[in-house]
Amino acid sequence: MAARSRKSGAGAPSTEKGGTAKAGSAHEIVKTLEHFDAPAPAKFSRDEDVRAYRDMLLIRRFEEKAGQLYGMGFIGGFCHLYIGQEAVVVGMQMAMKEGDEVVTGYRDHGHMLATGMEARGVMAELTGRRSGYSKGKGGSMHMFSKEKKFFGGHGIVGAQVPIGTGLAFSNKYNGTDAIAITYFGDGAANQGQVYESFNMASLWKLPVVYVIENNRYAMGTSVSRASAETNFSHRGVSFKIPGFQVDGMDVRAVKAAGDLAAEHCRSGDGPIILEMMTYRYRGHSMSDPAKYRTRDEVQKMRSESDPIEQVKKRLVSDHGMSEDDVKAVDKEVRDVVADAADFAQNDPEPDVSELWTDIYAEAVPQAAE
Amino acid sequence: MPTEILMPALSPTMEEGTLAKWVKQVGDSVAAGDVIAEIETDKATMEVEAVDEGTLGKILVDEGSEGVKVNTPIALLLAEGEDESALESGAGGASRGATASAAEDTSATRESDEKQSAKASEPAGGNAVEDMSARRVPAEGKTHPDPDDAEGALAQEIPEGTEMVSVTVREALRDAMAEEMRRDEMVFVMGEEVAEYQGAYKITQGLLDEFGARRVVDTPITEHGFAGLGVGAAFGGLKPIVEFMTFNFAMQAIDQIINSAAKTLYMAGGQMGCPIVFRGPNGAAARVAAQHSQDYAAWYSHVPGLKVVQPFTAADAKGLLKSAIRDPNPVIFLENEILYGHSFEIPKLDDWTVPIGKARIHRKGTDVTIVSFGIGMTYAVKAAEELAKEGIEAEVIDLRTIRPMDLDTVIRSVKKTNRCVTVEEGFPQSSVGAHIASEIMVRAFDHLDAPVLKVAGKDVPMPYAANLEKLALPSVKEVIDAVKAVTYRD
Repeated sequence: MAARSRKSGAGAPSTEKGGTAKAGSAHEIVKTLEHFDAPAPAKFSRDEDVRAYRDMLLIRRFEEKAGQLYGMGFIGGFCHLYIGQEAVVVGMQMAMKEGDEVVTGYRDHGHMLATGMEARGVMAELTGRRSGYSKGKGGSMHMFSKEKKFFGGHGIVGAQVPIGTGLAFSNKYNGTDAIAITYFGDGAANQGQVYESFNMASLWKLPVVYVIENNRYAMGTSVSRASAETNFSHRGVSFKIPGFQVDGMDVRAVKAAGDLAAEHCRSGDGPIILEMMTYRYRGHSMSDPAKYRTRDEVQKMRSESDPIEQVKKRLVSDHGMSEDDVKAVDKEVRDVVADAADFAQNDPEPDVSELWTDIYAEAVPQAAE
Repeated sequence: MPTEILMPALSPTMEEGTLAKWVKQVGDSVAAGDVIAEIETDKATMEVEAVDEGTLGKILVDEGSEGVKVNTPIALLLAEGEDESALESGAGGASRGATASAAEDTSATRESDEKQSAKASEPAGGNAVEDMSARRVPAEGKTHPDPDDAEGALAQEIPEGTEMVSVTVREALRDAMAEEMRRDEMVFVMGEEVAEYQGAYKITQGLLDEFGARRVVDTPITEHGFAGLGVGAAFGGLKPIVEFMTFNFAMQAIDQIINSAAKTLYMAGGQMGCPIVFRGPNGAAARVAAQHSQDYAAWYSHVPGLKVVQPFTAADAKGLLKSAIRDPNPVIFLENEILYGHSFEIPKLDDWTVPIGKARIHRKGTDVTIVSFGIGMTYAVKAAEELAKEGIEAEVIDLRTIRPMDLDTVIRSVKKTNRCVTVEEGFPQSSVGAHIASEIMVRAFDHLDAPVLKVAGKDVPMPYAANLEKLALPSVKEVIDAVKAVTYRD
């Protein structure tokens, strides 16, 4: 079955990995994953590729617009763009079911859009306006949607990891089959609370998928300068958590990995780690001069591994879509983003009375049940 | 129509910058992501990337220009199929109009924002004192005592004729958890040694037998992890009781308590909050020295979004813990190891709760107000008894809740006694007493006949040696001395 030779794997996202792990249950596959190899990329139908293309392009265009609005002074503070990493959240979202939860760090706009949160509400939060998801009180790094099961949006590196583990705890406590997708970066992967979470999640067999988005730089520090073990998929070994590296630039590879991980979690086998080999094109935040890497490195990733271009090519070559069909999707996405930006610039700021609201929730009257 | 390239803001604080260098020149074709210029900000030299593709049509700001304001057009980009003639007709067209007006909008918004915030911070009607009271309301919740409740005594909380039984604080806390776990399936308790060991201090004794391992969860020694896991479980709809073996160990978890639990309701615009109780012994026990002997009342009381409870009696411990478990907000529930074994009279009622945010007048008096909470009450009560022998009648107020603090009860008492002494075991700087003193100064300045005095732990790490430890903690004598000072006796 899936027994293959060990691959050291760190470094550039590979285009081909695995390829034989389609037979058998997730349980069987993961049990034989002593070599930590990813399943073969999923085969996408035309509809799936169109969805992937649209969802990734929405994030790309949204983030470009956010960058512009930041430059114009409409967005303040810290603003971390997700450009380059779109295949990770979109592929994972395609593997999820209704009721599954998502939690992530501060590079979170893409995750919110992928969970189906409205572009208008997210953009209006970025501009600090009253129709933002947090009424303008959270900003880029702190947004939530209980309805879409998006639990933040956390500004403290690594803090979302125990929280996602706790969401999984509540799923298990309540006997649901929902799973908690907990995203964090290669930087957060060096925080102690990540390992505290790994230990409890494995000990209690909690249904949590740890998605490590390895974009190679924790702010300005490259993985090799910050991590003794640069293969983050191995970071669960001491806790008996299986993991493997995934080509995070290929949405089909992400989807296949997500499917396997979801099945593993839902069947009661506990947590799993997916290390997504990805790349961010922009700086860490808007004020990052990005002197720690060469421009050639960025351009090479853009021109050779861009997640959106990969799908775009397939739409034309594999699914027989015309340039015009593709452009129609482009236009639809641009319109959504333009509308969101327009809305977010014109929506009023929160009423000053909002300064004093939402500090405490009202206690429910203590009537006996 | 040519697209204007505007001077970008490249950091949260940037208002202007130097256009250090043009990397692209007029006539160069530009792809999205290409570096077109270098800009020096107050922090660094940054590269400006093109967002759109096209040909650089015209440079509006020469390289070397300093003090270029954010949002100033610095160049024009020609779209596919446009030539230089578009520069004439296009400049000042829709694109320019849009961005320029956007920039104006921003400054307009900022101005109106300044006006608004100026308004918000301006005292209403010029009365700074009234305004400050008004601003306190949200942070102090809506559980204030009825203003007419001048007595505020424990007796009023217990229906007349209620049978009283003697119970230790330890049993009261256990009973509170057990009752709430019977009442609500979503309530569970987790922490180190809470289940099979029956609790490091036996507070969870018997809970595993009754509720099973699903709801009474032994954790590894991993405070930061399980505090955060508890927060996530609360987000997921559960009502966790997280026990810290002592609050000294919660220092490992304080990020999750403050950044994740306390702030989420606000950061989510009210959409979702964090109903959770963090409880455990707090403050000095006996001879456990600096790292195991700290009072965190003042620390947590600093944080909006948290409620902070520190009971003294068994009745309050039980009634407040039940309220804390039902509360939709994160509650810090500070217990005390020495008090665990103390017995108090407690009403025999099916569902005894005490509201959070309400102080209790423990002893009535007319000459001085002593305000304390938790184990500090042991000093306050003994001092009051001694003082009574000398003809000084102290009114002793047990705050019970540190946040939201029932200052109304304190102020009413001070207006009667005209003097106040605060008692706590925590460090003196930025202490609970310091906060009370400042509030009394604002709200009852004209009623004071003496400065408010604080009796607190000494401003030193807790020493181990028995004699030094005793000196580091407050004493009954210090309370008596402080009362005599404010009443001008001796």
